[in-house]
Amino acid sequence: MSLKIVVLAKQVPDTRNVGPDAMTPQGTINRAALPAVFNPEDLNALEQALRLKDQFPGSTISVLTMGLPKSAEVIREALYRGADCGYVITDRSLGGADTLATSYTLAQAVKKVGDYDIILGGRQAIDGDTAQVGPQIAEKLGLTQVTYAEEILSLDEKARKVVIRRHIDGGVETVEAPLPLVVTVNGSAAPCRPRNAKRIMKFKNATAVAERAPEAAEKYAALIAKKPYLDIPQWGAADIDADPTQIGKAGSPTNVKAVKNIVFKAKESRTLTASDADVEGLIKELLDEKIIG
Amino acid sequence: MNNVFVYCEIEGTTVVDVSLELLSKGRKLANTLGVQLECICAGKGLDGIEKQVFPYGVDKVHVFDAEGLFPYTTNPHAALVVNLFKEEQPQICLLGATVIGRDLGPRISSAMHSGLTADCTELEIDSFEMSIGGVKKAYENQLCQIRPAFGGNIVATIVNPEHRPQMATVREGVMKKEIVDPNYKGEVIKHDVAKYVPETEYVVKVLERHVEKAKHNLKGAPIVVAGGYGMGSKENFDMLFELAKELHAEVGASRAAIDAGFADHDRQIGQTGVTVRPKVYIACGISGQIQHLAGMQDSGIIISVNSDPDAPINAIADYVINGTVEEVIPKMIKYYKANNK
Ligand SMILES: Cc1cc2nc3c(=O)[nH]c(=O)nc-3n(C[C@H](O)[C@H](O)[C@H](O)COP(=O)(O)OP(=O)(O)OC[C@H]3O[C@@H](n4cnc5c(N)ncnc54)[C@H](O)[C@@H]3O)c2cc1C
Ligand SMILES: Cc1cc2nc3c(=O)[nH]c(=O)nc-3n(C[C@H](O)[C@H](O)[C@H](O)COP(=O)(O)OP(=O)(O)OC[C@H]3O[C@@H](n4cnc5c(N)ncnc54)[C@H](O)[C@@H]3O)c2cc1C
Repeated sequence: MSLKIVVLAKQVPDTRNVGPDAMTPQGTINRAALPAVFNPEDLNALEQALRLKDQFPGSTISVLTMGLPKSAEVIREALYRGADCGYVITDRSLGGADTLATSYTLAQAVKKVGDYDIILGGRQAIDGDTAQVGPQIAEKLGLTQVTYAEEILSLDEKARKVVIRRHIDGGVETVEAPLPLVVTVNGSAAPCRPRNAKRIMKFKNATAVAERAPEAAEKYAALIAKKPYLDIPQWGAADIDADPTQIGKAGSPTNVKAVKNIVFKAKESRTLTASDADVEGLIKELLDEKIIG
Repeated sequence: MNNVFVYCEIEGTTVVDVSLELLSKGRKLANTLGVQLECICAGKGLDGIEKQVFPYGVDKVHVFDAEGLFPYTTNPHAALVVNLFKEEQPQICLLGATVIGRDLGPRISSAMHSGLTADCTELEIDSFEMSIGGVKKAYENQLCQIRPAFGGNIVATIVNPEHRPQMATVREGVMKKEIVDPNYKGEVIKHDVAKYVPETEYVVKVLERHVEKAKHNLKGAPIVVAGGYGMGSKENFDMLFELAKELHAEVGASRAAIDAGFADHDRQIGQTGVTVRPKVYIACGISGQIQHLAGMQDSGIIISVNSDPDAPINAIADYVINGTVEEVIPKMIKYYKANNK
C-alpha cells in the first residue's frame, strides 16, 4: 500500500545567525537583511516523510508552503531532496495572517490536495516561534495530532495506526495514534538527507507562475509544455475555496499593538583584570555586602 | 462568566510549578478586572487536588477526574476545556508554554476561534484605542500580551480585542509563584467527565512514558554559575560545579555549551531553555547572544568572565573580569574559600 503524505514547509528569515550586516547602527535587527531559509524543523519533517516513502514505495509526498512568491524556493529545495510535488499558496489577501488564519488557509489547501493519510510539519517556525499552526490545522481538519515527534517508529497500514516516539517535558513518550493524523516534528529528530544531484538537474528550472518575469512567459510556456513537472502549481485564496473572512488580517483574532526592537541598555559596569588582587577584591566586596556567602 | 481561567497541568497528581506561577499571575489579573480566578484540573486520582491550588487565591476549581485523562493526550483534554469554556465564557485563559500547553492551547484556540499568544513574558491589563478592520474603537480592560519573537530580536505586544477568551502561554519561571493566603478557600466543582468528553475522543494511546525528576533546581537558585562555549571542555565545566558547590549555587549553561556536550540539556538558560532571575549570575565564557540574555537579563547582579573585552554580555554586566576562565575561576574558588569565614 502506498501513502499520501503532505508536508508543510515555511520559508523563514534565518534568525539563528544574525550577522553584523543584519544589525542597524542602532543595534537593532534589520529583518530584510536576513537570508530566507527552509524552516529547520520542517526539514526534519520532510525526512520523516521520505522515510515513510522509502518504506512504502509508491507513496507520494506533496509539499505545501504559504508565503510570498519567492517561497517557491522551499518547494524546489524539497523536490531536490525527494518530494514528489509542491504547491505555493500565495495571495495578497493572505497577508497579515496570525496562526489561526494561517492554519485555516493551510487546512483548506490540505483539503484541496485531498485523500491524505498523514500530514507532517515542523514543530515550530523560527520567526513566529509559536508552534501553534500544526495543532490548529489538526483541529480544523477534525484530526488528532502528535506534536514534538522525534521518530515515526512504525506504521500499520491495515490497522491504520502509527507508533511515534515524542519528546515530553523531562522525558520521552511512545504513543499510538490513528491515521489520518497531523504530526509536528521536533528538531531532535533525524536531520534531513541532502539534495540529490540528479533531482537538482531535473528540478532546478521549476518555477511557480508568480516567480516568472512576464516577458519570459513564452519561454516558460514552451519549457513546461515539454516538461510539465517544471511548473510548480500556485494557488490563490479562491483556488482553495477560502472564506475571505477567515484569511489574512481579517481572519486573525490577534493584533500586534506594538513592536519594539530589543536594545540592551548598557549598565554601568566595573571592569577588572584577572589578577589575584582584582579577583580577591571582588570576592571580598561581594562577601562584605552579603551578596554571596 | 467572564472570569480568568488557568489550565493546570498535572504530573501524576501534582500540579506543576508553571501552573502555580500562572495562578499567581491570574489572581492579579482577576483583581485588576474585578472578576474571579478559576482553574481546571484534569487527570486521574485527583481527590484533594484543590488543596494544592487554593493558597494561590483560586475561587473555583473545576475537577475532571477519570481514567484516560492521565497521561495527558490531546483530544480528551481539548474536549473538556472547550466544552467547559462554551458554558463559562471566560475572558482570559492562561496555559504553561510547556509541551502540554503548546499542544493543547492552539487546539482550544482553533475550536473557539480565539487568539492565542505564545511564550508571553509579561501580561498586563490596559485600555486603548485601536483600529481593527478600518474601524477605530476604544477597548477597555484588554489583556496585553508581551512576547519576544523573531528569535528574540524583537518584542511584540499582542492584543485580541474582538475575540474571547484571550489566550496566552507562558514559560516556566517567567511569572513568580506567590501564595496569597495558605487558608484561602474556594469552591470545588467535580464534573461528570463523560458529559464533556465523548468516548470517541480517546483516540491516542500512550504505550510508554519516561519522565525524570529534574536533577537540580536551577530556576529557584539564588546564585547561578553559567558556562558557555568559552569554557572549552566538559572537564573545565567541572570547575563551575566546584565553584557552585562553594557558593551553594546551581550550574547553568548556554546552548552552545550544551550543543558541544559540556553540560546536560536541562541546564540550558535562555529563550529556549529556562528563565532564571537569581540574585547573582556569573557568566563564564558566554558571549551574550540575545537568546541567552532572554533567559537571564533580570538577574540581580551579573558578573561576566570573558577573554574578549567586547563580548556583548559585558554590556549588561555589573562586573566584568577580563581574563580566561582557566585563570579566573580557580582564583574565585581560592579566594572565596580564603575569605568566607
Ligand atoms: C513578532 C511576531 C509575533 C507573533 N506572535 C503571534 C502569536 O503570539 N500568536 C499568533 O497567533 N500569531 C503570531 N504571529 C503570527 C505568526 O507568526 C504567523 O501567523 C505565522 O504565519 C505562523 O506562525 P509561526 O511562524 O509561529 O508558525 P509555527 O506555528 O511555529 O509553525 C509550525 C509549523 O507549521 C507549518 N507552517 C507554519 N506556517 C506555515 C506556512 N506559512 N507555510 C507552510 N507551513 C507552515 C510548518 O511546518 C511549521 O514548522 C506573530 C508574528 C510576528 C511577526
Ligand atoms: C531560536 C534560537 C533559540 C536559542 N535559544 C538559546 C537559549 O535558550 N540559550 C542559549 O544560551 N542560546 C540559545 N540560542 C543560541 C544563541 O544564539 C547562541 O548561539 C549561544 O547562546 C552562544 O553560546 P555561548 O555564548 O556559550 O557561545 P559563543 O557565542 O561561542 O561565545 C563564547 C564566549 O566565550 C568567550 N571565551 C572563549 N574562550 C574563553 C576563555 N578561555 N575564557 C573566557 N572566555 C572565553 C568568547 O570570548 C565568547 O564571548 C538560540 C538560538 C536560536 C536561533
